[in-house]
Amino acid sequence: MSRSAKAEAALALHRFGMGPRPGSIAAIEADPRGALIAELDRPAISELAAANLPSSAKAYRAVTDAFAKRQAKAIVAKKEQDAKRQQMAEASAMMEGAASNTGEMAQKIAAEAVPDPGRQIYLDEARIRIAAALGAEIGFVERLVWFWSNHFCVSADKIRSMSGAYEREAIRPHVLGRFTDLLLAAEGHPAMLFYLDQTVSMGANSTAGLNRSRGLNENLAREILELHTLGVRSGYTQDDVIGFANILTGWTLVPPGDNPEHGGEFTFNPRLHEPGAQKVLGKSYEDETVEQGRAVLRDLAANPATASHVATKLARYFVADTPPPALVERIAKAFLDTGGDLKQVARVMVSSDEAWSEPPAKLKRPGEWVVGMVRATGLTQTDPVRYTDGQVLLGEPLWRPPSPKGFPDDEASWIDGMGRRLDVANYFAERIAGRTDPQDVIETVLGSQVSPEVKQAVGRAESRQQALVLLFMSAEFQRR
Amino acid sequence: MTFRHHLPTRREALIGAGSLFAWSQMPRLARAEGRDPRMLVIVLRGALDGLGAVAPVGDPDWIGLRGERALVLDGKPPALPLDGFFALNPAMPNLHRLYKAQQATIVHATATPYRERSHFDGQDVLESGIARPGAVDTGWLNRALAELASDGRVDPRGSRVLGVGSVTPLVVRGRAPVLSWVPQKLLPANEDTQARLLDLYKHTDPKLAAALEARMRLAALGATGPSDAAMVDAAALAAPGIAGVRAYFAEAAGTAARFLAKPDGPRVGAVGFVGWDTHINEGAASGQLANLLGALDGALAAIETNMGDAWRETVVAVITEFGRTARINGTNGTDHGTGTVAFLAGGGLRGGRVVADWPGLKQAQLYEERDLKPTTDLRAVLKGLLRDHLRIDERALATTVFPDSIGVAPTAGLVG
Repeated sequence: MSRSAKAEAALALHRFGMGPRPGSIAAIEADPRGALIAELDRPAISELAAANLPSSAKAYRAVTDAFAKRQAKAIVAKKEQDAKRQQMAEASAMMEGAASNTGEMAQKIAAEAVPDPGRQIYLDEARIRIAAALGAEIGFVERLVWFWSNHFCVSADKIRSMSGAYEREAIRPHVLGRFTDLLLAAEGHPAMLFYLDQTVSMGANSTAGLNRSRGLNENLAREILELHTLGVRSGYTQDDVIGFANILTGWTLVPPGDNPEHGGEFTFNPRLHEPGAQKVLGKSYEDETVEQGRAVLRDLAANPATASHVATKLARYFVADTPPPALVERIAKAFLDTGGDLKQVARVMVSSDEAWSEPPAKLKRPGEWVVGMVRATGLTQTDPVRYTDGQVLLGEPLWRPPSPKGFPDDEASWIDGMGRRLDVANYFAERIAGRTDPQDVIETVLGSQVSPEVKQAVGRAESRQQALVLLFMSAEFQRR
Repeated sequence: MTFRHHLPTRREALIGAGSLFAWSQMPRLARAEGRDPRMLVIVLRGALDGLGAVAPVGDPDWIGLRGERALVLDGKPPALPLDGFFALNPAMPNLHRLYKAQQATIVHATATPYRERSHFDGQDVLESGIARPGAVDTGWLNRALAELASDGRVDPRGSRVLGVGSVTPLVVRGRAPVLSWVPQKLLPANEDTQARLLDLYKHTDPKLAAALEARMRLAALGATGPSDAAMVDAAALAAPGIAGVRAYFAEAAGTAARFLAKPDGPRVGAVGFVGWDTHINEGAASGQLANLLGALDGALAAIETNMGDAWRETVVAVITEFGRTARINGTNGTDHGTGTVAFLAGGGLRGGRVVADWPGLKQAQLYEERDLKPTTDLRAVLKGLLRDHLRIDERALATTVFPDSIGVAPTAGLVG
């Protein structure tokens, strides 16, 4: 390695972590790779921070309850207005339009008297997630959480109350565990079942299906095969999708209004389940309980196509848009050899020379770049409203991917957003310029690991704000 | 089970998805011929239900196929009659008006060459213009313009793009310079900061330099351009649910039109709208799909209005990655299918027709016995527009823009 120890430490923080904080380059420069591996052995602080937040089921019940109360208030208001309108219509037909408008207004006002807890839950979840990213020594584990959360994404547009808790409950506990467990936790989580329409799918020949002449929804089964495990064009067929979708019927959640203690939790409802054996990828699954679906997931987790799909995505996320094939192979082999032990997979990745020899050309995603910028100032907390609004502006709204594929990860998807990043950097720099010295950031945060051109541009800037903008927008700060 | 409070509002997901991507150098050749054509491509992401949008009311198997969810002429509200066989979803009165005025054409039972059912591969084929997904990282619209540029018919100076957008759609990616726009909410960094940053990038990172230069160019264009964009933006962000979607579609498309209408503005653009993946509660004449079609209809009206006189030389092509299942699924929605519709609108069209080689709806006539069978290659339609409207060479269309499409003849007579 011709790279200096400081440069290797900076690369470790940018490429595998959340970016340097004051003093962090110096702290790990003796052994940057060892420091990354050591972080895998330390418990994630965010799990502690998360303990005070409601579970996804509880959050869901709270939102459902509030919604029911709003509906009830609106109905009462409507009845009152109907009575009034009746009187007015009798008095004067001309007045009817006006009465109708005030009626709708009254219903709206009555409903809004009951606050919707969903937004606050979302922001509280956002707050602890940001704190975890800002507070991490390196942030390697947090990056893994972000990776897997995007791989197994749900959208807050469809299920806001659960979107943050989903990550805490289904993703975080397993990112250093076995892929099988992560897969089972993600696919069986109520948020995922709701997001991919599984809660309303039923077997055409199930008890409920026969009674209600409704049936199958293929969405979850298809996305598991295409996005979460084997990957697209890996050889499964439409029949496999249908067989798997049949197997998954019955995977649903306890209706939140029906059960004050368990509403919103996962349940297997045999009344929705398609009876009989089903085939997926040539194998017959006989068991007709929830274990039928779990058996398919276990088999998918062990499939070599899954190892290859996951390895490619990991290498692309951490190292390069077009990662070195040798690195992908090494990661895939580790995945297969260890039965999907994700801690070993992460360890093999950062122990591979190929993961370090690629030039730092990978463009950070907006969220990574923003967190890197805030970390560089030494801040460990930030206003979740401002943060989430910023993410919307940058095209990467928190837990709101545009599709089940998650946010894209390549330069071509994001480079045209540079102008928007500039606006955000400008805004942030304006707010912190009073207490943040750009030279200080270069010396103590970046360990002087910026090019002479950047140093010169910062040195010649007409204001601290401008200097910070140039620094945060520099290639060294945006690429890894 | 009802979960109404969790129905997607989609507002925030839409931001970025509706970015305008456009070129400013395109129209030189056409101008020399005394024409100044505009083209806007709208990509509907999620696979539009073509049968739910344009119903074959004259097909004897139509009602049997969809039952009470079949769009019909005596429905509530009634479908809008087109040509005696097809009828339009009643959520699209503007498109219907344009159709009657010979300024809209509907292409039915159409699809790209893609025959599987993955959104992402389907969009890849739709936008790349290559029959095989994942083959290239450029889009057909960009390659079409690059083709013009390579003939020396486009002034290569000028517009190295600007990026204010977030995620650049594949259809516009490539060699030809792109500029992008999304609603502004922050005050931008001042010109001096931009100039210094550009200088820094020129010494350290040419790609970032190109992206920043593009933004500066668009900002300069915008300074004399759409002055009320910020106000419209505020309104769009304030509106909830479907009202917000309507406002956003209209703003994104309307702003695209304002740029395209400017004498010194771009001539070709692309906008993406998400939300068409209607697996559950799709509805027919009302419901989720009708809401979105209504928002799209409003977007078409905004384009027509904001184009002003340039509407006469405009073609808007609305396309989607594939269709949906012919039958309703178990959850009152539709799953991923194959054949679908494309909408064409604009004063430059010879419209008032439904272009379709109708395959029929009997079980055996469906693709894999489940989807509307595609009988018109969407590439033929797009090639027809590119050849006759933008005057792109037919050989280039068959080799560079849509490679391996030599057997797919451009549809003739689409434009007037």
